[in-house]
Amino acid sequence: MSARGAGRRWAGRGVHTAVLVFFTVFSAFPFYWMLITSFKTTRDLLTRANNPFIYNETPTLENLRVLFFDTLYVRWLGNTLFVGAVVVAITLVLAVPAGYALARLTGRWGEQLGIAIFLTYLVPPTLLFLPMSRVVSDLGLQDSLWSLVLVYPSFTVPFCTWLMMGFFKAIPRDLEEAAMIDGHSRFGAFVKVVIPISVAGLLTVVIFTLTLVMQEFVYALTFITAAGNFTVSVGVPTFLVRGDVYFWGSLMAGCFIASVPIAILYNLFVDRFIAGFTVGAIK
Amino acid sequence: MARGGRGSLLDRPEWLGPLMIGPAVLYIVLLVGLPFVLALFYSVSDITMGSRTLNFVGLRNFLSVMETTKFQTSLRNTFVFAVTAQVLVMVLGTILAMALLKDFRGKWLVRLLILLPWVAPISLGTIGWLWILDSTYSVLNWTLEAMGLIGVGERFMWLGVPHLAMGSVVTVHVWRILPLATVILLAGLTSIPQDIHDAAQVDGASFLRHLFQITLPLIRPIMLVAGLFGLVLAFTDMIVIFVLTRGGPYDTTQVLASLAFFTGVQAGDIAEGAAVAMFLFPLLVVVVIVLLRVARRTEVV
Repeated sequence: MSARGAGRRWAGRGVHTAVLVFFTVFSAFPFYWMLITSFKTTRDLLTRANNPFIYNETPTLENLRVLFFDTLYVRWLGNTLFVGAVVVAITLVLAVPAGYALARLTGRWGEQLGIAIFLTYLVPPTLLFLPMSRVVSDLGLQDSLWSLVLVYPSFTVPFCTWLMMGFFKAIPRDLEEAAMIDGHSRFGAFVKVVIPISVAGLLTVVIFTLTLVMQEFVYALTFITAAGNFTVSVGVPTFLVRGDVYFWGSLMAGCFIASVPIAILYNLFVDRFIAGFTVGAIK
Repeated sequence: MARGGRGSLLDRPEWLGPLMIGPAVLYIVLLVGLPFVLALFYSVSDITMGSRTLNFVGLRNFLSVMETTKFQTSLRNTFVFAVTAQVLVMVLGTILAMALLKDFRGKWLVRLLILLPWVAPISLGTIGWLWILDSTYSVLNWTLEAMGLIGVGERFMWLGVPHLAMGSVVTVHVWRILPLATVILLAGLTSIPQDIHDAAQVDGASFLRHLFQITLPLIRPIMLVAGLFGLVLAFTDMIVIFVLTRGGPYDTTQVLASLAFFTGVQAGDIAEGAAVAMFLFPLLVVVVIVLLRVARRTEVV
């Protein structure tokens, strides 16, 4: 019995490891491949006989030079950061008070409103981008980064409101009540007492908003036409690919640089993100 | 209170509540509600990119769209794509979440790597796949050739042959959604109290019985949430398809979302594009109703 048990435990371990290895390779391989490709010479990449897993020629920084100096990549990064920063500001201003109100002030109708707000996060850009494009052009914002600044909060605000609601619910009421006894108004207590201890929640909002902005594709593709005004997620796939000519080395470098750092940052906050989804489905 | 009117306004929940939530609600109504109404409106009009006037045409757009084979193909593709991808995501996500439930060394690194596809900008991750699936330089073809599984010079056109192209876009979509499903399912698995598992152990339940009669039923609500979110993304998202195939070859990977884009933006026929997109709306309604029922059953409402 014990020998069989031990055997089964070993088999179980083997399966466990195999599952983890398979999924890790599946998930991470494209990024590993981007990294490898970034430093390969074009001739190395485009020789079919070469083993693609190794460097057949000396690694080069030429692809990075092209990416940073011969394309608009740096500009696109800047555009993305600019849109990200403004959208973060708008999201914080709108979602943080809204989340607090839903957590503390609005009672039963607030809960229903909260769910309604969360559900708007489900409305896909596919349904909205055509009317939005018309509205954007009527406002004269076509081809301007401000069109993205205007539209992106429509999906960052619902999710972040929901997120902050959960966050504020977890803060003990005593803290605000003590502040109110000390003579602060309710709003004063929110600003002076609740906000300072909610830095972790605010940071989460910042990170999620930034990743959502970096990910967004359809609106930017629809509203923006001038190469200089693109964000990274649209500029790289549309402008670094010209007809049939692919600059794979630079392309992969561009993808890697814009993907991995933000992913690592995000990883620190992912548990809160999950909590946002699972409120309601887990008791 | 010495603050007078302003102070009491900022003190009373019935005033302060609406005041604090009002701006967010207004923004959402203006930028989600209004465009949605406009989308409905456009889909029964004859609006185009350049036109300044707009006439009511009833259901003409819907009828003329439905007649085209392009639309019929796209509708079928949408279902094939979304359902296949989402079924795979749920099965693989459950397996992966169970593997991640155990503690092991280097778990944080594995988790980071597994999350990458979800966090990285989708379009950029998909370009990584574009290179992996390249018709001439595909690393997959090279590996298959090196292993002797295909002949020298033989190769798969991963994105150039109808069924293979659909398989490729489904795979890449699964790759991208899997992390989300996994972390949500993992949260569900973690929430099951250990003594339930212990009791099953004592009763001598086999692994499969334990899985299907205890674990899975307990995480059913959360599986539903993960499944529905994934389904909405699979039905409405076009990024993977846009980057990999643009709907080709011969529209065999064209879905409603990409068709709406090509019709409404590239061909400039906003009305018809809006009509195409509107076919996704019933699905959304169903998802919302189910989600609301989940929320009610678990006593959030």
